[in-house]
Amino acid sequence: MAENTTGYRYYLTLCDGPTCMQKASRTMRETLERELARLHLSDKVRILVSGCLGMCQKGPILIVNPGYAMYGRLTEEAVVRIVEEHLFNNRPVLDFIIDEDHLFNKFYRVFGDVNFFGKQMRIALRNCGVIDPESIDDYLCVRGYEALAKVLSVMTPWEVIAEMKKSGLRGRGGAGFATGVKWELTAREKSDVKYVICNADEGDPGAFMDRSAIEGDPHTVIEGIIIGGYAVGARNGIIYIRAEYPLAIKRLERAIAAARAAGLLGQNILGTAFSFDIEIRLGAGAFVCGEETALMHSIEGHRGMPRPRPPYPSASGLFGKPTLINNVETWANVPVIILDGADWFATLGTKTSKGTKVFALAGRVNNTGLIEVPMGTTIRQIVFDIGGGVPDGRRFKAVQIGGPSGGCLPEQYLDTQIDYESLTQAGAFMGSGGMIVMDETSCMVNIARYFLEFTQDESCGKCTPCREGTKRMLEILTRITEGSGTAEDIVRLERLGALIKRASLCGLGQSAPNAVLSTLRHFREEYEEHIQHKRCRAGVCQAMLSYAITDACTGCGACRKACPVNAISGTQKTLHVIDQKACIKCNNCFVTCKFEAITKS
Amino acid sequence: MDTTTVNIIIDGKPYAARHGQTIMQAADEHGFHIPRLCYHPRLSIEGACRVCIVEVEGAKNYVASCAFPVSEGMKIHTNTQEIRRARRDIVELILDNHPDDCHTCERDSNCELQRLAASMGIRNRHFKGEKKHYEKDLSSASVIRDPNKCILCQRCLRICSEVQGVNALSHAFRGFQTVVMPAYNLPFAESVCSTCGQCINVCPTAAFVEKNCTQELFEKLNDPSIIKVVQVAPSVRAAIGEAFALEPGRNMEGQTAAALRRLGFDYVFDTQFSADLTIMEEASEFLERFQNKDRLPLITSCSSAWMKMMEQFHPDFIPNISSCKSPMVMMGTLVKTYFAEKMKIDPAKILSVGCMCCTAKKYEAERPELRVNNMAAVDMVITTRELAWMVKSAGIDFINIHPESFDLPLGLSSGGGAIFGVTGGVMESAIRTAYEMYTGETLVDIEIGALRGFSGIREGKITMDKDEIRVAVAHGLGNASELLDIVRKNPQRYHFIEIMGCPGGCIGGGGQPYAGVNSMPLDENILKKRAEALYSIDRAKTIRRSLDNPDVQRMYKEYLGSPLSQRAHDLLHTHYAPKLPQGILPIESTVK
Repeated sequence: MAENTTGYRYYLTLCDGPTCMQKASRTMRETLERELARLHLSDKVRILVSGCLGMCQKGPILIVNPGYAMYGRLTEEAVVRIVEEHLFNNRPVLDFIIDEDHLFNKFYRVFGDVNFFGKQMRIALRNCGVIDPESIDDYLCVRGYEALAKVLSVMTPWEVIAEMKKSGLRGRGGAGFATGVKWELTAREKSDVKYVICNADEGDPGAFMDRSAIEGDPHTVIEGIIIGGYAVGARNGIIYIRAEYPLAIKRLERAIAAARAAGLLGQNILGTAFSFDIEIRLGAGAFVCGEETALMHSIEGHRGMPRPRPPYPSASGLFGKPTLINNVETWANVPVIILDGADWFATLGTKTSKGTKVFALAGRVNNTGLIEVPMGTTIRQIVFDIGGGVPDGRRFKAVQIGGPSGGCLPEQYLDTQIDYESLTQAGAFMGSGGMIVMDETSCMVNIARYFLEFTQDESCGKCTPCREGTKRMLEILTRITEGSGTAEDIVRLERLGALIKRASLCGLGQSAPNAVLSTLRHFREEYEEHIQHKRCRAGVCQAMLSYAITDACTGCGACRKACPVNAISGTQKTLHVIDQKACIKCNNCFVTCKFEAITKS
Repeated sequence: MDTTTVNIIIDGKPYAARHGQTIMQAADEHGFHIPRLCYHPRLSIEGACRVCIVEVEGAKNYVASCAFPVSEGMKIHTNTQEIRRARRDIVELILDNHPDDCHTCERDSNCELQRLAASMGIRNRHFKGEKKHYEKDLSSASVIRDPNKCILCQRCLRICSEVQGVNALSHAFRGFQTVVMPAYNLPFAESVCSTCGQCINVCPTAAFVEKNCTQELFEKLNDPSIIKVVQVAPSVRAAIGEAFALEPGRNMEGQTAAALRRLGFDYVFDTQFSADLTIMEEASEFLERFQNKDRLPLITSCSSAWMKMMEQFHPDFIPNISSCKSPMVMMGTLVKTYFAEKMKIDPAKILSVGCMCCTAKKYEAERPELRVNNMAAVDMVITTRELAWMVKSAGIDFINIHPESFDLPLGLSSGGGAIFGVTGGVMESAIRTAYEMYTGETLVDIEIGALRGFSGIREGKITMDKDEIRVAVAHGLGNASELLDIVRKNPQRYHFIEIMGCPGGCIGGGGQPYAGVNSMPLDENILKKRAEALYSIDRAKTIRRSLDNPDVQRMYKEYLGSPLSQRAHDLLHTHYAPKLPQGILPIESTVK
């Protein structure tokens, strides 16, 4: 750790990711500080507040090093005891320790080990939770800005680009364009002004990879951007980040200020001829602004709407100038590639996809949170080894990869390797890394409807297929889930889906039908059941449910009284009956019955 | 321009294209008219409608031919079954969210969407669902906005910002809820809209139309207690033939006068007469300022859209604006004063109608400071389009009707009055007269080539005695703003400036006939033909200088006295004031 931290007896890592924060990690911190002060430990224990550590379902999480003790589900009482027993008396509090032998958990065994470049799966997130993100000294201790120094002192821009190309790094924002090639194209353009942009407009529902990367280690991203600026000959960098990420913004601002003060940003960086600075632009939270041309329109002060490409940003981007744009995770990989070499980086992953990928693992899985795995890891390893499988003994049904632009893959695709091509081939999409696990209680038609509702809502309204087409698809899906779909509706969905995919102006529209098309491909029978038999096997689609009263009925009359539309009839102590026509499926009777005499199917 | 040849293959056959061309441009040159909708040659590429998609071998998705550049060896398919179906479905998606009211729509049979749907062969619908529903905006005197008809091609928005520089329109909301509206969803009347009507011209459907007053006019025409007086703007005669499927550029002056009498007008006057009068006043005003070294450049004021825009965005130039009323309002004023007195008619019984190529004139007619003796100078304004419809509706055989002349004493005009309708015409006309007023000699080269043509800003010089007069001309409000910026930087650069609000001048006005089946709105070739119609009227006249118009001379002798006399001032001049709509902050005056 940083020099000024020597002399500390313990380093605590307190997770301040979105889930833990919700579960009151902030109040935990106050309690922690109060207790430490009470026992005069304040200057012997250092508290690091990290971005998401993963394991959200067990949050708030506190890790005590050295010794690696991971405490979960923190409460006030737990904190008091941890301070007293562990930090004061050196006896770990076994009651609160989470010790599960998942691969996932093992990731954290390396905390405290400074030498974990090259060994670990964590590249983009290598420092998250390890260093104090608000301390540039901490970052410098983990070889921070060494890559920049190397680039500026011994590499020409073209050597940097050659290294990036050799590494095989591809854009982590979704489409997977070769990063080095992008840099090369921008570098070749002749222009007095060029821009470098970091796309931190993370918009997928439930995804927080970029947020955590910035919150946990802003300097890595900044270092990557500076190196990119050097390689393509730009002097101006812009980080476009959504305003909903106040902590990430605050940390970026601090990091940029610290880097400027250290001569790592601004005029004549590290005493060389190279000058570069970074400014932050806030986005208002439109999903489409993650699309590069829309993002640049937004920076220019216009409404965030995409434009046709070509010209590509490398030729004519921000304010018509050559522009290099990469997403947060891509930038975070850059310093590692420079330091440890493209050759090493290229040994990770598959033939076409190198390095690692960060995913936000969520849904019906035991361990949820951020993970970073090498490309080539199978979905099965992620769901069952890292994620710990499906809870409550339920059956795995599908995994949705790539957020609203991605697709759902069923059980037979569990052994698919994570790489750009395999996922696309299977009907999903790398996207920016959302991964949602579903079990048999998930209705695939409803899932498709949910994602389409999101993209339809976020469509910018510019091009016809996306604006009008997604609306029609949503209408069709809604009527299928409401039990009034027809057999032609499947044909319509496929026809519209194919059209929107191939005719839309930007990536948002081109990938909007994926959720529907992939579920139609892998779970077609569920659509057919909804349409032909008015049946939702997962029991999700309300309109499909029918309620009935079994012989277990005691005739107590409670359900009759609970029914808001008087659909239940029967006299005292006789079997009650539900009038199916009158029933509005409000579920009141089901929750009211004390004898489990009401079934829904 | 790069002229490197690029070899491409369209539908299996090799063709040559030029480097930098789009697929659509290359295809057009070889006789492939790829269907299109949001594309407009004068506007930036939007790529929004996706109607012009084609298949390019090797491309993952369809590409919009309006936006995608050709490259060597590119294999393009414009007409496969798959692409036909995709295009058809896209057009159907537009129709599915468009009112099915073609029969009662203003643009019926003149609608680009209707034509497109017909050519796609859409005979049934697959994707019916919710349609948008918004209130029409009827607040403006000139332009009605109907978002229900809007297909979001963004042509209106682009012409308003890129060509006119007014930026009255922008998007609001997202996705299916996207609407084009003025800032803050203000009523159009309160927005910065200049009322130029170019949005109407470029709209492929009826999302923008003029405020139609033909029914009201028909009612008045049937009222025997009213004296019905009409005036016809120069550009109406040069364009109205197009509404009857005639070749653009036919001069229909006589037919228009005859048709207006058939419609029931008692007196049919020519706005070209009052254009001559405007020249007399404006040339005098210019010379007075020039000789007294008063504030210059003098800037013309006859374009009503330009006046509204100037008051909103360039109020620092108010001292430079000519105080002359527009020819239409001069005529209306004289009808209710000079003409009424001469004919011993109660002016209150006169219905004064302007037949204009312009939508902004509807707005201008309502301006309170232009009232005369507490009456409107012009009671009602109809556009060329409205006149054409009235003629058709009344069953008048416009093409074969025997041409008639305008009525006197407000119907005789010089060639200088005729060319008012084309950009540069007012300046050319003013120079013809001012030269003689200043030097006492007659200008020999009466056609001033430097002021003709269609480039956005044009400059010219004329030597009068020993004085060099530097003039400039701008058409389209965007060019006007650009010219004013030049003046702000260099106030001495020009002495006299003509500004017309619409591209091409009045011939490209917001009230002119809709584009025909095989043309685009604001097609420059059509504008050129309309201009040529006006220039040939000028050439055919024996009197080509406003100064020489005998009826104008008589009017000064009998009624007005001399140019800039007190009476002329009272009747023919006005004043302007800053109009700062909501959200607009006053700018510092830079021209002192």
